[in-house]
Amino acid sequence: MIPSIFAYFAPTSVAEAIGLLTQYGDEAKVLAGGHSLLPAMKLRLAAPGVLIDINKIAELRGVVINGQINIGALTTWHTIEHHVGLKGVCGVLPEAVAQIGDIQVRNRGTLGGALAHADPSADATAVVLALDAQIRTHGPNGERTIAASDFFTDMLSTALEPSELITAVICHKLGAGEGAAYVKFPHPASRYAIVGAAAYVKLSDGKISTCRVAVTGAGPVPTRQGDTEQAMLGSDGSAEAVAKAAKVSGATMDILGDIHASEDYRRAMVKVYTKRALTTAIARARG
Amino acid sequence: MTTEIKERIVGRSIKRREDPKLITGKGSYIDDIKLAGMLHVALVRSPYAHATITSIDARAALAMPGVVAVFTGADMLDINPLPCAWAAGRVKNNVNTPRALAVGTVRHVGEAVAMVLAEDRYIARDAADLVEVEYDALPVVVDAKKATEPGAPQLHENAPQNIVMEWDCGDKAKADAAFASAEVTVAEPIINQRLIPTPMETRGAITRYDEATGEFTVWMTSQAPHVMRLLLTAFVFGIPETKLRCISPNVGGGFGQKIFCYNDMAFTMWAARKLGRPVKFVEDRSENYKASTHGRDHITDAELAGTKDGRITGLRVKTYANLGGYLSTIAPGIPTTLYGRILSGVYKIPAAYCHVTGVYTNTAMVDAYRGAGRPEASYLIERMIDRYAGEIGMDPAEVRRKNFIQPEDFPYDNGLGMLPYDSGNYEPALDKALAMAGYADFRTAQAEARQNGTYLGLGISSYVEVCGVAPSAWVGLAGEGWGAGLFESANVRVHLTGKVAVTTGSLPHGQGLETTFAQVVADELGVPYDDVEIQWGDTQGTPFGYGTYGSRSLTVGGTAIKKSLDKIKEKAKKLAAHMLEANEADIVFEDGKAYVKGSPDKAKTIGEIALQASLAYSLPAGMEPFLDETSYYDPPNCTFPFGTHISIVEVDIETGRIALKRYIAVDDCGNQINPLIVQGQIHGGIVQGLAQALYERAVYDEDGQLLSGTLMDYAIPTAEMAPHIETAHTVTPSPVNPLGVKGAGEAGTIASAQCVMNAVIDALAPFGVKHMQMPATPERVWKAIHGA
Repeated sequence: MIPSIFAYFAPTSVAEAIGLLTQYGDEAKVLAGGHSLLPAMKLRLAAPGVLIDINKIAELRGVVINGQINIGALTTWHTIEHHVGLKGVCGVLPEAVAQIGDIQVRNRGTLGGALAHADPSADATAVVLALDAQIRTHGPNGERTIAASDFFTDMLSTALEPSELITAVICHKLGAGEGAAYVKFPHPASRYAIVGAAAYVKLSDGKISTCRVAVTGAGPVPTRQGDTEQAMLGSDGSAEAVAKAAKVSGATMDILGDIHASEDYRRAMVKVYTKRALTTAIARARG
Repeated sequence: MTTEIKERIVGRSIKRREDPKLITGKGSYIDDIKLAGMLHVALVRSPYAHATITSIDARAALAMPGVVAVFTGADMLDINPLPCAWAAGRVKNNVNTPRALAVGTVRHVGEAVAMVLAEDRYIARDAADLVEVEYDALPVVVDAKKATEPGAPQLHENAPQNIVMEWDCGDKAKADAAFASAEVTVAEPIINQRLIPTPMETRGAITRYDEATGEFTVWMTSQAPHVMRLLLTAFVFGIPETKLRCISPNVGGGFGQKIFCYNDMAFTMWAARKLGRPVKFVEDRSENYKASTHGRDHITDAELAGTKDGRITGLRVKTYANLGGYLSTIAPGIPTTLYGRILSGVYKIPAAYCHVTGVYTNTAMVDAYRGAGRPEASYLIERMIDRYAGEIGMDPAEVRRKNFIQPEDFPYDNGLGMLPYDSGNYEPALDKALAMAGYADFRTAQAEARQNGTYLGLGISSYVEVCGVAPSAWVGLAGEGWGAGLFESANVRVHLTGKVAVTTGSLPHGQGLETTFAQVVADELGVPYDDVEIQWGDTQGTPFGYGTYGSRSLTVGGTAIKKSLDKIKEKAKKLAAHMLEANEADIVFEDGKAYVKGSPDKAKTIGEIALQASLAYSLPAGMEPFLDETSYYDPPNCTFPFGTHISIVEVDIETGRIALKRYIAVDDCGNQINPLIVQGQIHGGIVQGLAQALYERAVYDEDGQLLSGTLMDYAIPTAEMAPHIETAHTVTPSPVNPLGVKGAGEAGTIASAQCVMNAVIDALAPFGVKHMQMPATPERVWKAIHGA
């Protein structure tokens, strides 16, 4: 449990961090909460030559709620979980975050770090997909904004350029007629999602006018469930409608199997957890 | 002089005196120990489960600055392999034990092949990656039953079909006859899966060698330092015992894994002597998982015979016990003496027979793990009782009641070669648990809940275990095969200040012995509890003891203390008679004071007597100075704690996930010295056992790779996963020892796995489920429900 030797930098500004990332390229890894990176290094599954610790960049921390919700990339799970303002405008975030790891993990782990790492079993990935969040990044060529739906490209891979840093995640405030939920089947050892499902719905005149469902844990990439979303659109959100829509969840998705849960079982659980997430989201939208 | 009667402290729930130190980070664990000039070891371990080592090239590692030496197994041929101290009794054992480092062949993933010694641990670890080892891979077998089949890969030349030993107990002819004439028989394949003990602190050893005297000092994470001294000197190094001092500092949990003699003890000793510098090795968690011992791993065919009205008539068991690539220190004793001989549990079974095949496979060594054989036995019988109850349509509580050994049957011979059960009264514990669970109403509630789509299940587990395993004449070489004695010893000294120092060969590593032992001493001598020091863990300064495991420390080690206290009191009475100018026969010793019967106003306190004994200016003729007594205690029998546990679960039919709604434990461990500590032991044991039912499973793939090799994959229970545990007890004192105690360290683990499994299977009864292997993972449960 001893990592290979590495050089360590602790920049105090985004510009400085990007300068280091540009300088060291593939050799470098960004250290945020470190709860994925450090275990991998200790097991020598990862051996970056350079570690760029961004924890001293104060501007990356904190939650700002005005017209929309802006969460700094370095904001810890603990901060999100206990943020008073968030509960009223985007309760699914603290709800999901409270299910991550344990207290120690939540004290250190960060939203930006989790999205950049894109672990296939992470929780936050499904939530940002369901919320259609925007991911703000900063690189050598300046800032850009990437839609969550474009962000996760493959197993442990994202649209982030090698010298780019996530700086913030932006989502909209949920109002009347909107509801979201995250439900999860945690692995008993790691607490990662064996299957996690996030759902967002908007009701207009009692009918579902917008629906987004994302599944994590089951496959190599957190995935929007387009077929389920389509099936929900225009429906009254009844239990029957939800059950029917949930049946097609995961149908076109790659599903993985391992010693904890086989492919067949995960496929079945995708349907169950999609149903449960949708049911709760709809109930919340109805208020 | 005070005359008030001291309040007795035995039986009170006082907090553990060892905790403030440990929970404020002031303990001294092995990794806290730093010696001047100390070298650090990193091991090169085999990535193959079975392979021939064709070459080892350490040049690149040796060239790294800070690397002092690299050694391999070939360098250490001047020391012997580690000993196996417990071969299965009365049968031939094909013994193969590990060497300090592998020589020629590796037989499981993680087997140590070379050691790198460097100025710090980081350099050592980096250099270990530079040692180039070439292997020729050999075919692999990880399953105990498959390993005995024709054509299976062979691990050792002297063990055809990989068989360590064939052992049996009970009466085969009688059992066969019982089955031939049985009204009802039930049979199940029962797998007791492999577990990894996972003490919070991993293992390690530090050796300092004194060239001038030829003496070794080894600090070790051991539950049994005296035994380690014996094994390392007499068997591995061939040096006098007096040339080795073993010290167990604070040890962060053991659960059996730290009983045994390990290669790191030997190679740190060898290297420290070779290099003339202290040598330290502490394993990391991945190494602990791959290379320290595992537990359980039985593949069994179990059969039970009985009458249609619930009378059990026979039990027949065939078990393949996976013992790993080599034999660990007491491996063959676990699935034999501590399993087969207790298989009939709390029931009168007139005809029982058990056959055990011990098997080598390409996996980590398997040895004692909390409960050690007895959880496997109680799981089997309690599952089969439920299976039988289901078959004849009888209430499982009533089947148990009908077949219990009765109070008048004790001492009870179970016909499997176990020593007679000392005492017991099983029905009150069952009744108490049933009452706590509201059993009479449960079935109605269960039926109603099912109507609403909620699937509840209730599981019962009535257990008996064997603690304080002894006497030496039974368990030892001539009998059960344990290659030594199993007594304990204690020394008690009352200093001239009246303070009491007790040294014990037992070794607390989480059991709270400093507290319970001090409670016994304080009451017996009538001194303040805070005036009693319990000292342990260092072979230099404590009398010989076999160590702490098998729930034996209070029953055996505690009784050794009691015997020394009796001697102290005898001597104190003699001296008091002298001081009071009275006849010894007229002296009463009570509440820490000696006085002439009828004249308690003229008493001498133990402190005054100790002062007189120490100053020694006026002693009775022939009396030696000082109150200092040592006793060795070899019990006449084991003790047999028992109880009934009940759990209630709810199964989520859509997912197969299980919620533990209630857990009720009624235990009888005889007299309780400290009920708080008993409760803590019961709680910990239960959670460890229910984790086997629901979460834990060591998984090897067919190539012998450990897939559950980290805590990300191997699920040990956290507080969040532990149910609220409702405890109660009955008290049936043991007649075996003067304290009347039976042991509580393993009871929870021995009772709980089947308790939860029986509840899960009860919940699934509407789906036709009669048995399921552990752990009852959501996927297994879901498949059982949905027939997938």
